[in-house]
Amino acid sequence: MGGPVGDPTPVWAVVALPLVLAALTYSAAAMDSAFHSGGGFVAPLREGVRLVVQQRRRTLAPDALLARIGVISLPAAALLAATVIPLDGGSVWEPPVSVVWFNAMEVVAWGSLWLAGWGVNSAFPLIGGYRFVAQGLAYELPHMFALITAGLGAGSLDLTEVAAAQDGLWFAVWMPVAFAVYLLSAVAMTFWGPMSHPVADDAAGGVAAELSGPDRLLFFAGRLALLTVAAAAAVPLFLGGGAGPWLPGWAWSLIKTYAVLALLVWVRGGFPVLRMDRFMTAAWMVLIPATLLQALVVGIVVVN
Amino acid sequence: MQTVAFWVLAVGAVGFGVAVFVVDSMARATFALLASFLCVGVELLLLDLDYLGVLVILMMIMEMLVMAVFMIMYMMNPGGLMPMTMVHNKRGALAISGSVFAALAAGVFLTPWPERRGSVPADPTFSVGESIMGPKMLVMMVIGIAILATMVASVVLATDRGRYDRPPGRADGAK
Amino acid sequence: MSLQTFLLLAAALFSVGLYGALSQQSIVMLMMGLELMINGLLVAGAAFWFYVSPGTADGQVLVLVAVTVMALEMAMGFAVVTALFRARDVDVTDDAGDLKG
Repeated sequence: MGGPVGDPTPVWAVVALPLVLAALTYSAAAMDSAFHSGGGFVAPLREGVRLVVQQRRRTLAPDALLARIGVISLPAAALLAATVIPLDGGSVWEPPVSVVWFNAMEVVAWGSLWLAGWGVNSAFPLIGGYRFVAQGLAYELPHMFALITAGLGAGSLDLTEVAAAQDGLWFAVWMPVAFAVYLLSAVAMTFWGPMSHPVADDAAGGVAAELSGPDRLLFFAGRLALLTVAAAAAVPLFLGGGAGPWLPGWAWSLIKTYAVLALLVWVRGGFPVLRMDRFMTAAWMVLIPATLLQALVVGIVVVN
Repeated sequence: MQTVAFWVLAVGAVGFGVAVFVVDSMARATFALLASFLCVGVELLLLDLDYLGVLVILMMIMEMLVMAVFMIMYMMNPGGLMPMTMVHNKRGALAISGSVFAALAAGVFLTPWPERRGSVPADPTFSVGESIMGPKMLVMMVIGIAILATMVASVVLATDRGRYDRPPGRADGAK
Repeated sequence: MSLQTFLLLAAALFSVGLYGALSQQSIVMLMMGLELMINGLLVAGAAFWFYVSPGTADGQVLVLVAVTVMALEMAMGFAVVTALFRARDVDVTDDAGDLKG
């Protein structure tokens, strides 16, 4: 999204980033409606307009400040995470530890959900918020180990360099466990599909139960934006970045991002919702040892 | 530009820190503390400490969310809907902390600090990684054992059933 | 921006945290005071690294230790509060003075 490494970021890239993210997020919403509800390309637009003009519902004695922070921080975190994702050899902002930055911004979702659930002063949203904190504790450690494994394979915490280190072989091929755990935690961090217990129907919509109007729009758009960013980060982390024949780098990045995004969107349909305490058991008993073994294997390969 | 950022963040860090003990709502207090930590994390970024700054941001978000759960669990007035104070010896605490600040501030400006030795390495993250895996490895090993001890101790303290006790009728331990 | 201003910030954070740790009755709020004090320590450690000896990584290691100590302090603190609360429904420091000499 910026120029090559080392150049100062051009102004147009800073302006273009939110637009690109918004376009990708919209297409994720469109794919979701096409896959699952049979709606057309304009269905999300119609829903968005409906939410914008809808009147806000009020609850008794809400903590409006915290609820507002929770709702706004979700899309804001997605945008801040997107600043470090390289599209064509460079990103809008290039900290040398962009993998850690991406991880930090995606943890913001914990705060967003808890605050949005707490702020509206209603039982079901609060339950949803607590569910997400528990789910976060379950997915976060395997997720971190998966990220570290990719960084270990590349010898760098910079997404651009991680992508560049895969010119021969994609990390997805020789770190399959880390890649699978990454995709699973991308679903978990966006409380999407089988991991949507924090907003599940058994709690009347969980965190989102009392959100209405523009708040609801921002919340669910932020969730899709986070899903989009997670899909986009999978490309430099595991799928070779912009590398590919014939087409330029940015085109390959976009194609791969769309492929991962389509997979993640498709997942929503076919699986039952997992209770987060069961996921916690699975994550700590199976996923953490598996990712540690994966990191060990990669470490041995890297040292030799 | 950097100086402006420093002062804005410094005022933010201290201001949110004060807010922790001023606001009524425990949820707000927790997130005021988080805001203070986020300001400090960005201050570390200003000092070229990319890794440690982002690490502080990452860890503190997770830590404060866990904190929030316990705050709500143990405080009498989590939402701040019934204003109340829970302090003891407020005047003494103010006097002590005020004089500590005065002493520290005097020390800051009166001490002849040593000259700067060396220069910032090209990659501070690499240098800290190399040092904890080399000359400072003992520090990391002690931290590792401390973390393990804390995990064991906190589980032992916090559980009321103990390691081998299961709910009746669920001998396999499943939920 | 200089060593002095960073240390002043650290001192301010430390003092605010000290006030909280001394004055709060609730153990959880007391721990928030302790966290603020360690927060000041982070700033001081980072500032000493940058302005005094950036050549070696000692200051960075100190910050790393402080961050870890913060997490450990919180884990142990909450475990103790939980045990205390289970045993006698207590969550304020004034009711837990058994070790007072």
